Amino acid sequence: MGAAPASRDVTTYGMGLAVPLALFFLVFFVAPLLQLLWLSLHNDTAGLHWGLGQYLHFLTDPFSLGVLGSTLLLGAEVTAVCLVLGFPIAWLYQRVGPRLQTIIILIVLLPLLTSVVVRTFAWIVILGRQGIINATLQSLGIIDTPLKLLYTQFGVVLALAQVQMPLMTLPLITALGRIDPNLDDASCSLGAGSWRTFFRIVLPLSLPGVIAGCTLTYAAAITAFITQSLIGGGQMLFMPMYLYQQASTLQNWPFASAISIIFLLAVLAVVSVFTTLGRMSRGYGGA
Amino acid sequence: MSSRKRTLEAISFELAMTVIAVIALIIIIAPSLVVLIVSFTSGFSLRFPPPGYSLRWYAELWNAWQLHFAAKNSLIVALWATGLSVVLGVAAALAISRSRTLSARLLDSLFMSPLVLPALAFGLAALMLFSLVGLPVSPLTLVIGHTVVCVPYVVRNTIAALAQLEPTLLESSAVLGASRLYTFRRIVLPLIRPGIIAGAFIAFMSSFDNVPVSLFLRDAATDMLPIRMWQDLEGKLDVTIAALSGVLIIATVALVAVMERVTGLSRRLTN
Repeated sequence: MGAAPASRDVTTYGMGLAVPLALFFLVFFVAPLLQLLWLSLHNDTAGLHWGLGQYLHFLTDPFSLGVLGSTLLLGAEVTAVCLVLGFPIAWLYQRVGPRLQTIIILIVLLPLLTSVVVRTFAWIVILGRQGIINATLQSLGIIDTPLKLLYTQFGVVLALAQVQMPLMTLPLITALGRIDPNLDDASCSLGAGSWRTFFRIVLPLSLPGVIAGCTLTYAAAITAFITQSLIGGGQMLFMPMYLYQQASTLQNWPFASAISIIFLLAVLAVVSVFTTLGRMSRGYGGA
Repeated sequence: MSSRKRTLEAISFELAMTVIAVIALIIIIAPSLVVLIVSFTSGFSLRFPPPGYSLRWYAELWNAWQLHFAAKNSLIVALWATGLSVVLGVAAALAISRSRTLSARLLDSLFMSPLVLPALAFGLAALMLFSLVGLPVSPLTLVIGHTVVCVPYVVRNTIAALAQLEPTLLESSAVLGASRLYTFRRIVLPLIRPGIIAGAFIAFMSSFDNVPVSLFLRDAATDMLPIRMWQDLEGKLDVTIAALSGVLIIATVALVAVMERVTGLSRRLTN
């Protein structure tokens, strides 16, 4: 509101146009989250007795802490796999002609827009007892009994990595496209090998993209309710399912609220660490 | 000697990167292809490769009224949520796109925050608010919840389109005597329309596919397709779901192809 004179400028529009969405968010986004916070600070279901009981319960309960820990670890594993697999895709994209570029981008894009349930279902078909991997290994005589791939950490990480890969690859493609190709040539002609050039020039300069991709992938991986529950099965419990069980099955809304707030704070902490790294890397990249 | 070493070194690098990239692309595309193939099975299981091929599960899909009902609900909610997102999102994008004020930056972060915050927590929060004010779970609450999580895509894509807009075009139009509304209708809107359509498309797809918000804001009367599918998969591995997945994959490919033509979707998401 402080920049009232700017509204005379024909190239900008008044802030008034943002009011409807701002009000909508205030009522249907900010208010619910505040209510969530309010209820989490109560020791009873009715919300009459203030207290930190719900948080104390979570933070002193080894089971709850275990769920939080395994969720954060899962996010880190998925992000690492996406980075290792996604970076070469972005690298390849910058080296092929426009026709192949469109094909690569559409391959990356399609899963992003395909239903998550469908993509997860595909992994059940691939990883199941009669799935492709087991059928292939058995017909080759490598294994006798089917391997257990579904309902394992390996399965969850693999499926989540595929589901979230576009979120990593798209920012990387953007970031690599902004690097001056002359730097690559300069480094090579000065005697640095391709590997060294990659790790010393290309990777550092693409850090803003790496960080953007990691933030999106991490946030999406730890909240991916469907993939976690279908591929992980009943034995593996992550924060989203824990939250859902407490809220829906057990109707314990105050504890579910506390879980939500802790989960929110964990995500925010990770995002702000990445954002800070991003700000630092931009200074580095610009040098 | 040293130059040959460097060539070998360069080849090893290019080979490693290309091989990983191709493996990664196969991992990305394979699951959809597998589901597509399995959906045409003539058998009763999800065995791959199928024992034979038929359209029987697609025929079965024709009679799956529960899935039809859920699909209809999802479609209606997605259309309303997209419409609402476009109206609110485009207006907000116009206001904050060129403004450098603190309030504009804060609003921008606020409007983008549903993208990173756990949607399940928001779903629970919205359910608690609606039950507090006595609003029962209905298609309306679903549309409201979906709009919150879908509007960021419209805002982001519209802002990106506005950033490409030459300010001089607006100045020339004003100098030539056009009113702001006329300039908006005849110059701004046509130029940013592909961006708005791209954002609306992604908003629509993410609403149609939404689980975490729907999970809390629906009831038996407003069953949603992804949740119906999820619950079916939790119970038993039904080949009908494979046929439905086949339909969804083909529909997505067709829609993406249309959007690529209309809006240049792929360029938009990498710039």
